[in-house]
Amino acid sequence: MLLNQFLLLGAVLFCIGVYGVLVRRNSVLVLMSIELMLAAVNINLVAFSAYHDNVAGQAFALFVLTIAAAEVGVGLAIVLLIYRNLRSADLDDVDVLKG
Amino acid sequence: MIAQNVAFGILAAAIIAAAIGVVRSNNVVHAALYLVVVLAGGAAQFILLGAEFVAWVQVLVYIGAVIVLFLFGIMLTRAPMRSEDDLDNDQRWPGLVAALFLAGILSSLLLDQWKWGATEIELTEPTRTTEITSAIFRTYIIPFEVVGVLLLASLVGAVLLARKD
Repeated sequence: MLLNQFLLLGAVLFCIGVYGVLVRRNSVLVLMSIELMLAAVNINLVAFSAYHDNVAGQAFALFVLTIAAAEVGVGLAIVLLIYRNLRSADLDDVDVLKG
Repeated sequence: MIAQNVAFGILAAAIIAAAIGVVRSNNVVHAALYLVVVLAGGAAQFILLGAEFVAWVQVLVYIGAVIVLFLFGIMLTRAPMRSEDDLDNDQRWPGLVAALFLAGILSSLLLDQWKWGATEIELTEPTRTTEITSAIFRTYIIPFEVVGVLLLASLVGAVLLARKD
């Protein structure tokens, strides 16, 4: 196995996540696309950990996992609050600050 | 080595197909289930790289907890359970151009830095959990504590935000 395989897989997965964040309208789907990007980063970290034969990459992958879980918790709470106030979870409807 | 490359190829194809399903699906629940496939494929790639502990933590935390949280979010925001046409905004083509542009830049930079064929990963044996835990609890004890406080703060914050007064 080559390191490049994993790096390219991570890059493609990250770009699919970027596409999802740019294109999706529903806020839960945007959060899912962000999870795609975090998963891509984890693949890179673990691949470098195996390449350099150093466990630091795996330790950081675990930190990324933890922070992703915290992010989803707070993010869904915010989505819930937006839904309660606006009766909609679409990001296009959150335009109170628009002039 | 051949078997590992074949396994990588199958897993990578499944991951990318499911990831495209996440961003293209017309049904919110299907998108969440496609995300399960992406994360399970990622865990399988970790096992391929000898990182068994990270793989099982990924299965437990992501597939066990985060997906359930997403499904709760879908239910609580009363997102349409059936297929809908207006899940995407009207930036589909600009978004595609931006994503392809980023993919081109990233892959050309990566292939420029790490030449194809010169970066063989030599796996001796799977990483033992003892090594990871001793790295976390010795070298990275301060980040570990900070992450603990962050989790507590996000827990309190999420309860505070979602609470009905």
